[in-house]
Amino acid sequence: MTDVLVTALIVGAAAAVLCAVAGVFTVLRGQAFAGHALADVASSGGAAALLLGLPPLAGYVLLGLAGVGGLQALSARRTTADHDLMAGILLGAGLGITALLLYLDVTLGSASGAAMSVMFGALFALPASAVWGAGAAALVAMALAAVLYRPLLLASLDADLAAVQGVNVRLVNTLFLVLLALAVALASLTVGAILATALLTGPAAAALRLTRTPGHAMALASVFGLASVWGGVGLAYASYGWTPGHVWPVSFFTTLLVIAFYALGRR
Amino acid sequence: MSLALNVEHLAVSLGGREVLRDVSFTLAPGGFCGLIGANGAGKTTLLRTILGFERPTAGHIHRAGTLGYVPQKLQLDPDAPLRVRDFLRLGLDGHRWGIPLPSRAARAQVDEIVAAIGADAFADQRVGRLSGGQLQRVLIGHALIRRPQLLLLDEPLANLDPSAAAAVAALLGQVAAGGVAVLLSAHDLNPLLGHVDRVVYLANGRAAAGPVAEVVRGEVLSALYGTHIDVLRVHGRIVVVAGNGAAHDHDHAVPIP
Repeated sequence: MTDVLVTALIVGAAAAVLCAVAGVFTVLRGQAFAGHALADVASSGGAAALLLGLPPLAGYVLLGLAGVGGLQALSARRTTADHDLMAGILLGAGLGITALLLYLDVTLGSASGAAMSVMFGALFALPASAVWGAGAAALVAMALAAVLYRPLLLASLDADLAAVQGVNVRLVNTLFLVLLALAVALASLTVGAILATALLTGPAAAALRLTRTPGHAMALASVFGLASVWGGVGLAYASYGWTPGHVWPVSFFTTLLVIAFYALGRR
Repeated sequence: MSLALNVEHLAVSLGGREVLRDVSFTLAPGGFCGLIGANGAGKTTLLRTILGFERPTAGHIHRAGTLGYVPQKLQLDPDAPLRVRDFLRLGLDGHRWGIPLPSRAARAQVDEIVAAIGADAFADQRVGRLSGGQLQRVLIGHALIRRPQLLLLDEPLANLDPSAAAAVAALLGQVAAGGVAVLLSAHDLNPLLGHVDRVVYLANGRAAAGPVAEVVRGEVLSALYGTHIDVLRVHGRIVVVAGNGAAHDHDHAVPIP
């Protein structure tokens, strides 16, 4: 069980730190719903990966990126796009496909716990090799966040101001959605596609209230996120002893801790 | 002397409706110009066209050098972790990729701008918590830090109390005196009197432009608005009297037609 625990802690840490960084921008930009929509679209990738016997992360990432393309295509034709509406339509399409794929997972495959693992995470079911994929995705995403940092911050404050200063606002917005897709893909692996938004927005929103610069907010959100995920993993691991033979979901404990940190930050 | 801004016979249509037609004016370096008109007169459209966000259907815009822009406000949560200092730094290098690394040169430039806009007292406060007047000064500082030759401002005095408006107008006067061409939109000329040397009046999609004394006159405004208008000067303020003889303070009278 120790290998499983180490894998869970490493993958969970990668998700927590990346979600902290992406989450601060997400909250500043008011794009929590876009993050949720991308996670729901990504869930169909996770379900498809189970069906095909591929690593779930690959499915989450590929379909998350497809979701970015979908969001941009839906809002490109409109001059004043209602981004929440576009995200809502995309979310519906993604979850509809997920419903079919999860049905097929259960009827055709042997993945009886498919719905639980895609929607609410299966951190203890990951093979040790998942560490490499998660680490690589997190590194690429962190590098992207570092490159985007200044123009993204400026464009988040006022798109016109950024454009006058020479920022390609459309490119920056699209690359931010790519960052968001990678963050929710890792979060989906950790707490599931449905709960990915909790890890994305909760620690960041709590940290934003307690800090004076975006960098400090990201650092504090990382601490909150790590404590939530590792605490969740630890409590879930311990639950095996409370109810012998049964492990409570990591995502239950993690979201509980996220909400506790948010409540703490609001005081 | 080369012009900072030259607008020639500009026409702009939005959604098939002609918002501006045959608008011409120039602005020299160090010129301070008020763009005056009622809501819907086309002030924002003209600014957005000069900024390059709208395409003219006719005419030309020539502008020189670096452009500075001051939006009316920022959509920012009061708790957003962005200090005045960091926002000013973004004006310097926010368009570059990457993380802002500590830089002595950048810090010196930020300090210089903080002093120039009189923001020493709130330089370490969060931008979302500033008063309207403080935010305007910070937005102006953000635009000035890259040393633009032309500064465009969208209604910087709207929603400011009279003393804050006077302070912002005086600051912009200093900016213009330093050689920057300043163009700001406003629905009221009075807070700008004594500061601006030129005006562009917009009404019915057309413009009357020139020095204040030449444009703010009965014949010129009557022709522009298409109704009889008298202009009176009282204690340094301008009172515009519309056709039916009902006197209005300038604040309310110019948007009559």
